[in-house]
Amino acid sequence: MAQETLSGWVRKLQAREISSRELTQLYLDRIERLDPELNSFITVTAEQALAQADAADARLAQGEQAPLLGVPIAQKDIFCTEGVRTSCGSRMLDPFVSPYNATVVERMNAAGAVMLGKTNMDEFAMGSSNETSFYGPVRNPWDTGRVPGGSSGGSAAAVGARLVPGATGTDTGGSIRQPAAFCGITGLKPTYGRVSRYGMIAFASSLDQGGPMAATAEDCGRMLNAMAGFDERDSTSVERPAEDFTAGLNQDLKGLRIGLPTEFFGEAGLDERVRGVIDAAIEVLKGRGAEVREVGLPNSHLSVPAYYVVAPAECSSNLARFDGVRYGYRCENPEDLMDLYTRSRGEGFGDEVKRRIMVGTYVLSAGYYDAYYLKAQKVRRIIADDFRRAFADVDVLLAPTTPELPFALGAKADPVSMYLSDIYTIAANLAGLPAMSLPAGEIDGLPVGLQLIGNYFDEARLLGVAHQYQQETDWHTRVPAAFA
Amino acid sequence: MEWETVIGLEIHAQLNTVSKIFSGAPTAYGAEPNRQACPVDLGMPGVLPVLNQGAVERAVMLGLAINAEITPRSVFARKNYFYPDLPKGYQISQFELPIVGLGHLDIELEDGTTKRIGVTRAHLEEDAGKSLHEGFEAMTGIDLNRAGTPLIEIVSEPELRSAKEAVAYMKKLHSLVRYLDICDGNMQEGSFRCDANVSIRPKGQTEFGTRAELKNLNSFRFVERAINFEVERQIDVIESGGTVVQETRLYDPDRDETRSMRSKEEANDYRYFPDPDLLPLVVDSAFIETVREKLPELPDAKRARFVEQYGLSDYDAGVLTATREMGDFYEAVAAGCDAPKLAANWVMGEFSAALNRSEVELGEAPVNADGLAGLIARIQDETISGKIAKEVFEAMWNGEGDADAVIEAKGLKQITDTGAIDAIIDEVMANNPQQLEQYRGGKDKLFGFFVGQVMKATQGKANPAQVNERLKAKLDG
Repeated sequence: MAQETLSGWVRKLQAREISSRELTQLYLDRIERLDPELNSFITVTAEQALAQADAADARLAQGEQAPLLGVPIAQKDIFCTEGVRTSCGSRMLDPFVSPYNATVVERMNAAGAVMLGKTNMDEFAMGSSNETSFYGPVRNPWDTGRVPGGSSGGSAAAVGARLVPGATGTDTGGSIRQPAAFCGITGLKPTYGRVSRYGMIAFASSLDQGGPMAATAEDCGRMLNAMAGFDERDSTSVERPAEDFTAGLNQDLKGLRIGLPTEFFGEAGLDERVRGVIDAAIEVLKGRGAEVREVGLPNSHLSVPAYYVVAPAECSSNLARFDGVRYGYRCENPEDLMDLYTRSRGEGFGDEVKRRIMVGTYVLSAGYYDAYYLKAQKVRRIIADDFRRAFADVDVLLAPTTPELPFALGAKADPVSMYLSDIYTIAANLAGLPAMSLPAGEIDGLPVGLQLIGNYFDEARLLGVAHQYQQETDWHTRVPAAFA
Repeated sequence: MEWETVIGLEIHAQLNTVSKIFSGAPTAYGAEPNRQACPVDLGMPGVLPVLNQGAVERAVMLGLAINAEITPRSVFARKNYFYPDLPKGYQISQFELPIVGLGHLDIELEDGTTKRIGVTRAHLEEDAGKSLHEGFEAMTGIDLNRAGTPLIEIVSEPELRSAKEAVAYMKKLHSLVRYLDICDGNMQEGSFRCDANVSIRPKGQTEFGTRAELKNLNSFRFVERAINFEVERQIDVIESGGTVVQETRLYDPDRDETRSMRSKEEANDYRYFPDPDLLPLVVDSAFIETVREKLPELPDAKRARFVEQYGLSDYDAGVLTATREMGDFYEAVAAGCDAPKLAANWVMGEFSAALNRSEVELGEAPVNADGLAGLIARIQDETISGKIAKEVFEAMWNGEGDADAVIEAKGLKQITDTGAIDAIIDEVMANNPQQLEQYRGGKDKLFGFFVGQVMKATQGKANPAQVNERLKAKLDG
């Protein structure tokens, strides 16, 4: 039963083959039974979910057709949910119950989705393994000794294990795509500005973008239809005519120009077996009429260093509000204001968050600003220019999502080796481009992700290419045996 | 040694928008603590700022009024520091690219000359909340109602050379923001605040001395006193062989002194960077033109017009255009009585005195422009004398009705009937034979005595010019 996709459930709910309550109960039962092995949820909102399901059933009975009406989903715990703890994976916000809903939550509620709970994540979305969560690491459903990726590791693991048909994620440097790849699911980071950031707790404001995570490209398109859209509460959201992201799914690939960035294949560190999976995927796409050529992104080697200036700089400022004064964690018996600040923040934040706050504070300091922050912003522009040139010749770019397979918990104690896990994903964030990961193979029983990067606002095309690929392959239907 | 004072002012004016600069919460003053703060103002996780167009309009208005360049593409930046009443841990302000660039303001010096003061820049920013230190038993209360109130910070060039010039500049700007109706100018409530950068240097030296920044100058008087104190202090420091250190000093009005708050070494590194939550603010020429059309007549132009149109002295015109309300009031009075000079005398004289005495604002005065014009018209048409008019005005101020009603009720109508005046003069002459004889014997000084007697007999109602004329004729006849 739980093998069914989100899109499949939409059809079955509309056909009244199953009620939202039954479906919701089915997944709540799975979460209760299976999540202790994964730790993919921080909060399960069973009672509220069933109430939402009943409301959806009533609407379904009226013949309503809201896009996600009655479908269970999960929200990454970075999205503010009114009346529900919104922790962002941090001790700092463990006591925080949001007084308002994020725009994404509002929109998904309006689309009729039933929220089962809030998924685990790296603390404040800072991490690539989900090991920095205050609530403990999430485990990869394909091998519970391995990480699910991060920071949206809870959402990826929950969808991978089919504890929920779809979940939201956020992607600042690869936080949707890398865990999607590690957990064998499909995940899309939209163009910067597509999905409102209002109520999405900020890590690095100029890079953060929310997006869907589900089994298939079609599912992601349906979810994105609900999530995306201009929001006057987010000045960086883009005003564009409404778009149906599922409209291009059946577009054939004849004449599609796919670019392979040489830099993403030549880098040392790319697992040869991963390379083999990607090559096989390229053959599938060629078989459906796509043309493939090599393109250059000559400045892509600057992505990781630029990212680790910009993202910490913005985070150091964004996280200043967590000061123990108004909400969230406050240390016991502060002696004075300075003590309140230093202990509340010292005790409330984990190591990786502190590391980035310190780096960010440093690069913004007087005397260093030009050398680091300003320079990193210039690098962003030249990286975006690389993409602009590439998209003059091709329609989409194709690359591995990650250079290697899901690694074991605790394997990457050195932060820099962890940062390199996002080497292929970060550039799209720096340029603000849409990009996605979809499952394209298995090695030693572990999934491998294929990354597609599109031009600005070209999500529908990306989803179309992915959908065509998924017509030919069944990687996206595979579920780890322990969770089948 | 002769010292020269160098002063630059940073003035923060709260813009009178209905809602806050980056949220929809109301800005009204005086609500219960934290009742006018929405999630955005509280710095809740996940919230984002959205710029209030009304604040932009007001900033552009100010820029146009001081002949400044309006920056076509200005940028909001984050000023990072921790403080309990700063909810986000940063203030959204403008740093490298402010909305208003170089402009100027002309001030009038005591000797009547005009001095042009450069305005370096003016930028938009959000106000912080308030820390409340009383009534919390060793704790501090935080009120975030003010957090997010739009401010424009107006920075002058260091071209002011005395406390008096600084006050003249501040008053001029105060008048201007109220003319433009972009700020209520209420200094007690903190709507219009000032920091002063003060340094001294030997007269003739071109480079600046080390400056101290004075805070907490929330009245014109405090600005003057604080600067004067600080100048004396710096002269003392240097003349006794010390050096002035760059620091922030707080003015204490109770002790009339400035005290060190923090030195440059302790100063924050604000780590400014462009706020990634806000796009650059683009102000195009079409927008500027729509704002320009909304500009009211500015004080200097109005003053010149008053001289031209009403034949007032430059000084009187200056007084009457000090505030937009006063200028409007004067024009309404002048229009209602057709006696512009008399109107000016009354508005600046009796009327202003009454306002001060009763401590009421112009808009709340018990005598409005029509009322005052009605009174002046009665002087003009000789129904009453100027002297009687003061009595009528007093009664009007006390709510006893308009000029005509008071004149009627109190029987104050001026006696202009020559026959009646002659009859009274005859009576006075008859009653004072001794004085009459002395007068006619050459004691001219007694003319005043007879005038006084006639006026007394008529309770001041006789037309003074007529009394003079008739009395002269009769006494000498």
